[in-house]
Amino acid sequence: MKIVVCIKQVPAKDAPLAMAEGGAWIKETDIGFEMNEPDAYALEEALRLKEKHGGEVIAVSMGPERSKQAIKEALAKGADRGIHVADERFYTLDPLGAARSIAAAIRREPGVDLILTGLQSDDQGFGQTGVLLAELLGLPHATIIMQIDVADGRMKLKRELEAGWFQWVELPLPALLSIQSGINKPRYATLKGIMAAKKKEIVSVVRAELGVDEPATQHIERIYVPHKSKKTEMLTGSPKEVAAKLVEKLRREARVL
Amino acid sequence: MAGFPGVDFIDFDSLLTGDEKLVRQTARAFVDEQVLPIIEKHNREGVFPRHLVPQMGELGFFGASLKGYGCAGMSNVEYGLVTQELERGDSGLRSFVSVQSALVMYPIHAYGSDAQKEKWLPKLQKGEALGCFGLTEPQFGSNPGGMLTRAVRKRDRYILNGEKMWITSGSIADVAVIWAKTEDDVIHGFLVEKGTPGFKAWDVHGKYSLRASVTSGLAMTDCEVPAENLLPKAEGLKGPLGCLTQARYGIGWGAVGAAMACYDTALQYAKTRKQFNNRPIASHQLVQEKLAWMITEISKAQLLAYHVGKLKDAGRVDFSKVSMLKMNNVWMALECARKSRDILGANGIVDDYCIMRHMNNLESVYTYEGTHDIHKLIIGEKITGIPAYM
Repeated sequence: MKIVVCIKQVPAKDAPLAMAEGGAWIKETDIGFEMNEPDAYALEEALRLKEKHGGEVIAVSMGPERSKQAIKEALAKGADRGIHVADERFYTLDPLGAARSIAAAIRREPGVDLILTGLQSDDQGFGQTGVLLAELLGLPHATIIMQIDVADGRMKLKRELEAGWFQWVELPLPALLSIQSGINKPRYATLKGIMAAKKKEIVSVVRAELGVDEPATQHIERIYVPHKSKKTEMLTGSPKEVAAKLVEKLRREARVL
Repeated sequence: MAGFPGVDFIDFDSLLTGDEKLVRQTARAFVDEQVLPIIEKHNREGVFPRHLVPQMGELGFFGASLKGYGCAGMSNVEYGLVTQELERGDSGLRSFVSVQSALVMYPIHAYGSDAQKEKWLPKLQKGEALGCFGLTEPQFGSNPGGMLTRAVRKRDRYILNGEKMWITSGSIADVAVIWAKTEDDVIHGFLVEKGTPGFKAWDVHGKYSLRASVTSGLAMTDCEVPAENLLPKAEGLKGPLGCLTQARYGIGWGAVGAAMACYDTALQYAKTRKQFNNRPIASHQLVQEKLAWMITEISKAQLLAYHVGKLKDAGRVDFSKVSMLKMNNVWMALECARKSRDILGANGIVDDYCIMRHMNNLESVYTYEGTHDIHKLIIGEKITGIPAYM
């Protein structure tokens, strides 16, 4: 199987975020970046499919030069080669713009059987890029995938629904799947894998050269730091009424029950 | 689960390449996910977490900076970042890896015959065989040249007699690198396999330090090994000392990890523990002084380790620089552990927190692989030209 995995590089979870001038994006200097965690599950699933069915895994990432590190990590874990869609201002793209760019890069790869994405990105969290990508490439897709069984050019897929329900669906190949986080336990890059990755190929294509520079359909006006405030509210009534109100608040407002 | 975010005040990470960060990321995740959840129990019970060995082998931690025989061939900085993270977990675990890598695999790689290398290195790399290093004796620690262990040639065999002490992994090792004087009074290394008649290993009990690693004594009584078990390319004290330079280098990085664990614990504690008018103790000047001291010393130690690593990669390091690295960084880490314990007050003494374990471990690390004072003398000799060991 020829499997493409889409990987985004996002600010590290513990990174101290500060707003950039203009207030529409974060200051990128002085913070660390890491592979988007939902994408790590997609990568692991791709590597397992390759181990089972043979073929190759191609890691695709879009972003500035630094996002090559996410591709390198994928190569160190066992992906065979990488494609970097270079763009310094990728963060101004909306999910459709991102999907168009990645679709253009993937169209250059003949014979792709399967495209895997994470469920969403940990930074912007639209959860749109994967399904838009499938639409642009004219591929069937399924989301929130918990299990993939491939046989005879078709896939039997387990999707996670709400409230503990699951759904089994069948799709033909080629197709695109967005993988539910937690589906597997992503492997560590071994030290030998990191050494081997030095010799693997990463092809860079400049986004502007892909012919996909339509203006974004949406853009970020301003980002905010969540405002923290403390408020004391006295519940009144009989103990029974107060207890009922408290349970309601814990359930609806604090959402801890 | 968000793992350890690292300690980086001076943007140390800007010195690191992407590959170096990846190596650290692997070791860091391994420690966060596999070591930290179990280490206090192993330390309390005094049991080496042997179940971690196969995975450490698979990840490439053993002999990581050696080339060939399945080894990863990492740079010295990359290898150092691995030991840093391992010791952030536990000095005992890092000691185990240091012994396996620098004191067993390195001498076989550097001084061994092709047959010895082919027999042992692939197994040691995978963790399928474990090794130990027998240099120190009950009566000879800082002065290993005075060793009493003897190897006498008898036809195609050597007969070993003597005793070794404070040997990490001694009783669990499949192969021991034993240093002994031959009849011409020259020190040589011998590979002694577990189960060789006349070879005995027992464990040191009652340790307050390095409780999650095995520390043993070894005795050889008319212990016969084939002559081909002699390491052919090591002659004299510089053989074992060459191994120690490798191990001390890893310790210099490892100590930074232990210090980071203590500092991070103390910092988080100081920000949440409230005393006097419901203010966090981190708002007190005397607490800030301790935290500022620690982060400054950790930053200096990181730079020293990195610089020595780069020199080592360039083949331009001599053992006196590694002595400075080991001496300074272990002292720094022990001081950080003590200051951190102070910040945690009574909570600092229980194993709900890592600090007392690190402090106790570092007391050993301060002494082993060349005591703090011996490293001062090595530096002293380097700058004055006068040895002061007598």
